[in-house]
Amino acid sequence: MPAFAAEGVVKRYGDTVALAGVNLEVAEGELVGLLGPNGAGKSTLVKIGCGLVQPTSGRVEICGAPAGSDTARAELGYLAELFRFQPWLTADEVLDLHQHLAGSTGGSSERARLLELVGLDDVTDRRVEALSKGMQQRLGIAQALIGDPKLLLLDEPTSALDPAGRRVVRGLLEELRDRGIAVLLNSHLLSEIELVCDRVLILLGGEIITEGRPSEMVEARGVEIETANGTRAYPDASRDDVPEIVAQLVAAGERVYGVKPSKPTLEDVYMEAVGGEMG
Amino acid sequence: MNAIWFIAKQTVRECRRRRVFLVVPIVTVGFLFLYGLGNYYAFEKVNGTTDLGDQLVNTRALAGSTLVGLSMFTTLFLGAALGIFLAFNTVRGDAETGVLQPLVVRPVARSGLLLGRLLGASMICCGYVGALYVGSVLITGAVGHWWPSPALLPGLSLAGGVVIVIALTLLGSIFLSSLTNGIAMFMVYGAGLLAGLLGQLGEVLNSPSLRNTGRVTSFILPFEALYQAGLNSLTSGATGLTRVIVRLGPLGGAQAGGPLLVAWAAVYLAVVAALALFFFARRDL
Repeated sequence: MPAFAAEGVVKRYGDTVALAGVNLEVAEGELVGLLGPNGAGKSTLVKIGCGLVQPTSGRVEICGAPAGSDTARAELGYLAELFRFQPWLTADEVLDLHQHLAGSTGGSSERARLLELVGLDDVTDRRVEALSKGMQQRLGIAQALIGDPKLLLLDEPTSALDPAGRRVVRGLLEELRDRGIAVLLNSHLLSEIELVCDRVLILLGGEIITEGRPSEMVEARGVEIETANGTRAYPDASRDDVPEIVAQLVAAGERVYGVKPSKPTLEDVYMEAVGGEMG
Repeated sequence: MNAIWFIAKQTVRECRRRRVFLVVPIVTVGFLFLYGLGNYYAFEKVNGTTDLGDQLVNTRALAGSTLVGLSMFTTLFLGAALGIFLAFNTVRGDAETGVLQPLVVRPVARSGLLLGRLLGASMICCGYVGALYVGSVLITGAVGHWWPSPALLPGLSLAGGVVIVIALTLLGSIFLSSLTNGIAMFMVYGAGLLAGLLGQLGEVLNSPSLRNTGRVTSFILPFEALYQAGLNSLTSGATGLTRVIVRLGPLGGAQAGGPLLVAWAAVYLAVVAALALFFFARRDL
């Protein structure tokens, strides 16, 4: 049974189509990245999964239960893109509040473990209003992990983090995957997605326009040969063609300094897919 | 039920942490001091009875009921203002700032969150209204030796009125932004009071149109009817010319209450709460 299953999900806000028939499955322990320009429908899809938004048509299930049902909500952890915790609560009290709402019996040991996991164990009694934005985001991740959810829906979880904080979250996501927890991750940080995700989907205009494993999406396309007159690209060449190309260049009097496979970044793939569209 | 009680306690906790329970009592002490001063000077001039032609007027009852009535007018306003400020951002306001979403995705029914907020805000406001009313009655009793009879009913009427204001504010918070909802609720409150005064004027002038305006508005906004009933019961012990003079004033309470009003207020509260739950359950956040 998939942790997240969307079938023909459509969402309209008046005349605006936010999602135009999305089909998506996230398996147990799979880490899936959602990419797309602003307004592509990423957050809407995640919110439908959480039960915050009702789809116009189609169906979303969380671990087999209809999205929005008590059973479905008990199985997931969620971190919104724009969130705020009650500023008058301390970090520990925020988790305590969510333990009560989630029905978690983890008690103080669960809170201590999660705060340590996100590096907030030294500010447990500090009020949210006194935490930096990055600390609040890490607290948000800890909050999402209350009650050992089977699925995490994370909307831009690293947007406020510094590079060290991002690395911590990256390691955390990998650890969660190893424990069999599924993650659906929205992010504009393509390098993050490329580093941790098992599968990447690109949404545009409410539709999934491409998907695949990051390693497949960025596989080598042609070769680049560095000569005295600059770098020459051979986009259709394969590895086997390299000796012949180099021989021709040398015969033509070129001085060859290096040969490397031409490998696009995920950003290149993304820009190609969305056609440079900005939200 | 546990979730409702838990959210209610969170509302109380928020007020404690935001120093509402520090600031409100300090300001209230100032109000009661002013009220006490007013009682002292008012009763200084009161002998007990005044002879108006062939009728005796109980000036002590006149002054006492007027002062407690004035306190009730202020108490209702302060209680309603407190309730509006505690509830005006519950849904849309908190959703816009991102406070609501992390709570709503938990396996707690949205109804639990909304009813918990209603219960929490009602507990705080009823406690405040009760304390202010009892404080006023004690001051008037101690200074002027006049006690309302029945003593508790006017206070309970005020508390009921404030709970209705809170419920209306919660309903408004589902559709309106914090600022708009707050403004709208104060306007609704003002319209209710105005309609009540028009109704009283209709009684004095014997104008059926004005009386009906007051009655219909009291039906639509029963917090005003409860307030009127509280004022009415406050002066129910007065007799003769004293009763007539008291009832003529803006604090006399032209509309009597009764079981039907209590029943209507309960039904009204239930309907407003049910509408709020219905629309909140379907609202995209």
